[in-house]
Formats: sequence, structure tokens, C-alpha cells
Amino acid sequence: MKSYIQFEQMSFSRGRNLIFDRIDMAIPRGKISAIMGPSGTGKTTLLRLIGGQIKPQSGRVLVDGLDMARASSKELLAMRRRLGMLFQNGALFTDLTAADNVAFPLREHTRLPPSMIARMVALKLQAVGLLAAADQMPAALSGGMARRVALARALALDPELMLYDEPFTGQDPINVGVLLRLIASLNQALGLTSVLVSHDVAEVFAIADCVFVINEGRVVASGSPDELRAQMPQVPFLRQFLEGAPDDNQSAAGQQSAVNLAAALGLSPAVAPSKARGML
Amino acid sequence: MNRLVSPLFNSLAALGHAVLSAAAHAGQLVLFTGQLLWRLFPAWTRPKLIVQEIYAIGVLSLVIIVISGGFVGLVLGLQGYNILSKFNATESLGVMVALSLVRELGPVVTALLFAGRAGSAVTAEIALMKTTEQLSAMEMMAVDPLRRVIAPRFWGAVIAMPLLAALFSLVGIAGGYFIGVLVLGVDSASYWGQIQQQMQPIDDVMNGAIKSLVFGVVVGLVAVFEGFNAEPTSLGISRATTRTVVLSSLLVLGLDFILTAWMFGA
Amino acid sequence: MMNTQRGIEIIVGVFVLAGIVALLVLTLKWSDFGTSSVSGYTVSAQFDNIGGLTDRSPIKLAGVTIGRVSHIQIDPKTFEAVVTMVIGSQYNNLPKDSFASIYTAGLLGAQYIEISPGGDTQVLKNGDKITMTQSAVVLEKIISKFLFNKAADK
Repeated sequence: MKSYIQFEQMSFSRGRNLIFDRIDMAIPRGKISAIMGPSGTGKTTLLRLIGGQIKPQSGRVLVDGLDMARASSKELLAMRRRLGMLFQNGALFTDLTAADNVAFPLREHTRLPPSMIARMVALKLQAVGLLAAADQMPAALSGGMARRVALARALALDPELMLYDEPFTGQDPINVGVLLRLIASLNQALGLTSVLVSHDVAEVFAIADCVFVINEGRVVASGSPDELRAQMPQVPFLRQFLEGAPDDNQSAAGQQSAVNLAAALGLSPAVAPSKARGML
Repeated sequence: MNRLVSPLFNSLAALGHAVLSAAAHAGQLVLFTGQLLWRLFPAWTRPKLIVQEIYAIGVLSLVIIVISGGFVGLVLGLQGYNILSKFNATESLGVMVALSLVRELGPVVTALLFAGRAGSAVTAEIALMKTTEQLSAMEMMAVDPLRRVIAPRFWGAVIAMPLLAALFSLVGIAGGYFIGVLVLGVDSASYWGQIQQQMQPIDDVMNGAIKSLVFGVVVGLVAVFEGFNAEPTSLGISRATTRTVVLSSLLVLGLDFILTAWMFGA
Repeated sequence: MMNTQRGIEIIVGVFVLAGIVALLVLTLKWSDFGTSSVSGYTVSAQFDNIGGLTDRSPIKLAGVTIGRVSHIQIDPKTFEAVVTMVIGSQYNNLPKDSFASIYTAGLLGAQYIEISPGGDTQVLKNGDKITMTQSAVVLEKIISKFLFNKAADK
């Protein structure tokens, strides 16, 4: 399977903080990949590295074969037209209506007549179920609606790569469900490559084909959700992260929340180790 | 011994830190200017964006500029009359008011008001766009924010400033006419006649216009720079707006001295 | 959306035009602002030296402005300055032997022509010439004269 995005011995530091330490990672084409890790591990930074907004200190980030750090600005712009990014807070243009927000990339990059643009905008808004909100200003939209408008905008130019930054954070359960379905169905219908960074274990495991777990600047585990569950016993951090356990010597409350989460993942703490042992 | 020395070192360190960060800030400004220069003329491929900024920056500043110009003219007329009447030279009131405005007060006061009214607004808007990741989103959509957002606002300031300064001076001269001629009884023909004889199109009006253009560049550049380099937090936005007003006011006053020395002789 | 954009464009157009007009008004020499076209009759006078007298300088009688200097030229034969002035038609009874002197308003003020009425029964009419004149006092001349006299005294 050919990978779409490739990190090769990539290191990135901000000031004296080493955020990524010689990371190797291959994100497959046409799949939903998730990059997970606790807050503050630089997940958003990783998306910016993919988009070429920042450059690694050493190593390479290849997007469809293009080295984003060494690409000319022309190549970089051409590549960015092929990707869409959903920002954590939506990042809608606050002085444009929802419809104008979606139309923005079309107006900037195409010379289509206004009637055609209007039709395409309606189509994209329809896809996220918000055609009725076309004339609303972003301030009048709820957080979940704003994120869906932003999704429609990211899709406006029919990208082949979608980047999602913490798409589920701060959303109510209904919205999370809607977003999950949208991300999965878009990926299938349009044949996109999707990369999402998140720390919401349950949601990610529900849709991701491939998961990378990052901690302290390194990839500590990768594979499909099932493979990760299987690796849990060997990698202490993984267990801690996936089960939400505070530490090895768990308090009663911590244990309870871990049990709840594990149940949400479809495992029970008693079963998981035995399953893993069986795989050994 | 240590107790005495450490506060000294602390204040030395604070001084050093302040100087270094000011130098870093200046360096960033230079780099930013270089990046902006590249985009200045390509921005004219979208004149509508620039027109919109002339509206937001220039037209919306008109009220404060016109009202202030009127009051400054009234005060100049009153003060000038009191001084000139001591020398029995109130006929020169017109030229005194006009030259003060065209050479000095028009460009300078307009620039200071402009920094407070339009400069701070531009900074806050850009800083907020940065904080809410709108600029980043634009970049990810393969749209250059410097060209799409920053350059038009800069042009708006550069174009609006000389026009506002000219209107300020004109309204001020009318204010001086009102108080001097209509209220205090200075001879009307002397008021205008002295302006006509004494004021030079090149030496006075042109130099005043050049000053206001330079101030437009300074205020515009500082405003977009502070907004673009603001720390993406609410505190960062308020700091950036304050810095725009303080820095551009200081630069305007400092440059005014240099320009005056150069134009009218030191 | 289209309408507001157009509205903005029109307003900006007006603004730019107003600013340019303001600059032009400041640049152009105010042409005939405020002269309120004095209507009256024209008389002229010859002076050795008019000092700082200019077009539109006032003509005063007993301190009251009664007219304006309309233009100044040189008499090609005598090399004297010929000042043409317009005097308001209501002051049509100035004696023909009136005296015209150039004075300075205060120490620093603008210069003007003061008319001192004579005793003639004939009056000045349009196109007449005032023959008795006193030139402008040039401060430097007085000072240098004063200094020379001082030196001579010693």
C-alpha cells in the first residue's frame, strides 16, 4: 500500500522544546488515519507541518512525494489547493456569511460565473446539512454548525486530502455523531485521504483505519484500532492513554473511569489482557 | 554585599531584556516590511479589496477628522488673533492659520487621530483574524494572507491619509475664517489675500502632502505589522492595539521633526 | 451584497474626489476668494517705492477700508511704480488734491495706502491720478541713515 504522507526522521523543536524527535510515519492513501496523543504533544503542529506552514529542523515531510519544506512557493500553493483543513474552532471568516465563507476558496481560485459558484456552494452546504443557514453570519451559528460550515468550506475545492484538527472537542454528543458520519461518508464517497488529530479515543477508534499514538515527541504505537488494543499490555503509556488511567497505582475513581472508557471501547478490563495474551 | 548587588543586577538584566526585545521587534518589522513589499503591487490585481479598505479606513475616519479640523481651526483663529492683534497685524491671521495647518498641524494631528481611529482598528481586526486562525485557514486554502488581507489595508491607509490631511487643513482654514472674520471682524479679503500671497504651492502644500503621505505609510505599516505579529490571545490583541497607537504616534512625531528639518531647513 | 459593494465604491469615489479637490484648492492660489469684487471707480498713483504693497492691499481713509489695490506695474519711462486702485463708489467725494501714503499696519503688519483728503472742491473721478504721494518707509533705509548721521556727528 502506497503512503500519501510520509514523515522521514522528522524533528521539530520550538525554542528549546523538542516537540518531535526523529519521527517516522507513513499515512496511507484513501484511508482515515488518526494521530493521537495527550494535549500538548504538538498534534496541531503536525498538521501545520503537513500543510507546509512550518518547516521541520531536520528530516522530511513528503506529501504525495513533495517535500513540503523544500518546495517552491508555487509548488506549495499548488499542493495546498489539493488539501482541505478543518480548524479546531472552524476559523470561519467572521465578516462573511456562511455561504460567502464556502464560496471564498472558489472565488479566489476559480473564474467561475457567480451563478455556478452559488450552485456549488448550495451543494456543499447541503452535504453538511446546513443549506438553511446559508445567509447566517458565523457569530449567529452554534459551535457545531460553525464547524460543519467550515467543513463545507474545506471541501469547496474538492480536495484529495482532508486534515481535521480536534474535530470532536467541545461538541455535544449529537454533533459528534453527525461529524463522525460526515467524515466517514466523505472519505468513502470522495475517495479522500483523511488525517485527524484528536485525543477522543472512543470517536477515533470508531472510524479510523489507522492510528498513530504520539508521546514525548515519538510515535509510541501505531496500527489499526484492533492492533492497538492488542498492544496495550506491552506499552504502559498506551494503556494509560487509552484507558484514561491516571497512573499505575490507580485510585478507585480513576479505575472506575477507566472501566467506563474501556466499556465504551467495547472491552472490559478483565477481558483485554487475556485477549492480548492470546495473541502472543 | 549580595543583598546590595542583586537588585542592581536585576535592574541591569531588565534593561538588557528591554533593549534586546525592542531590537528583536525592530528586526521583525524590517523582515515583515520586506515580505509586504513583494505583495504591494500584486495586490492591485484586486482593486475592489483596496476600495473596501479605503472605505473602512478613510471614509469612516472622516467624521473625527472633519470635526477635529474645525476645532483646531477655531482655536488657531482665536489664539492667532490675540497674538497678532498685539502687533496690529491681524490681517496676517489667514496666512498664519493656513500655514500652521498645511505645513504642520494638518499632517501631524491627522496622523495622530488616524492612528487612534483607523490604525488601532486595523491592528485589532488583523490580530483577531490571527487569533481565530482565519489567517492560517486562508494560508491553508492557498490564499496568501499578506496579499489578500494585509496589503489592501496598507494601501487603504496610504491612500486615505493624505486626503484626510488635506480635508483637515481645509476645514481648519474655514474654522479660522469663521472665528477670525465672522466673529472677531478681521478683514475678509486680507484673510484670503494673505494666504494667497504667502502660501506656496510647492514649498508649503506639496511638502505638507508629502508629510501626510509618509505618515500614512508609517501608521499603515505599524498597524498591519502589530496586528500580524500579535500574540494570539486576548491580552495579545489589546497589547498590539496599544502598541500601534504608541509606536505610530512616536514615529509620526519623530519623523515630523526630521522631515521639517529637511524641508524647511534646520 | 452587490448593492452594498456598489454603494461603498460610490462613497469611496466621493471621498477620494473630495480629498483631491481639497489638495487642489490648497495648491491653487485661491484665485479671487473673498475680494467680493469691489465695485467702484479706479484711480492710480505713482510711488518711488511701494515696499511690501501687493494686489488686494487695502486703501484706507481715516483707518476705514474704502478700496483695494487692483494691480501694480512699472512706468517704463520714470521707473516708478504705478499702483492702480479701486475705491468704493459710495466714496465719490474725495478731493482731487488728496494725498496717498504707504504705511505699515503696526510693526509687522501688511502694508496699505492711506488717503489723506486735501481741500480741493473738485473730486477724484474714474481714471484720475493722485499726484501727491509718499513712498513706503523702508526700515533698513531709516536705520542706515540714522547710523550714518550718528557717525557724522562724531
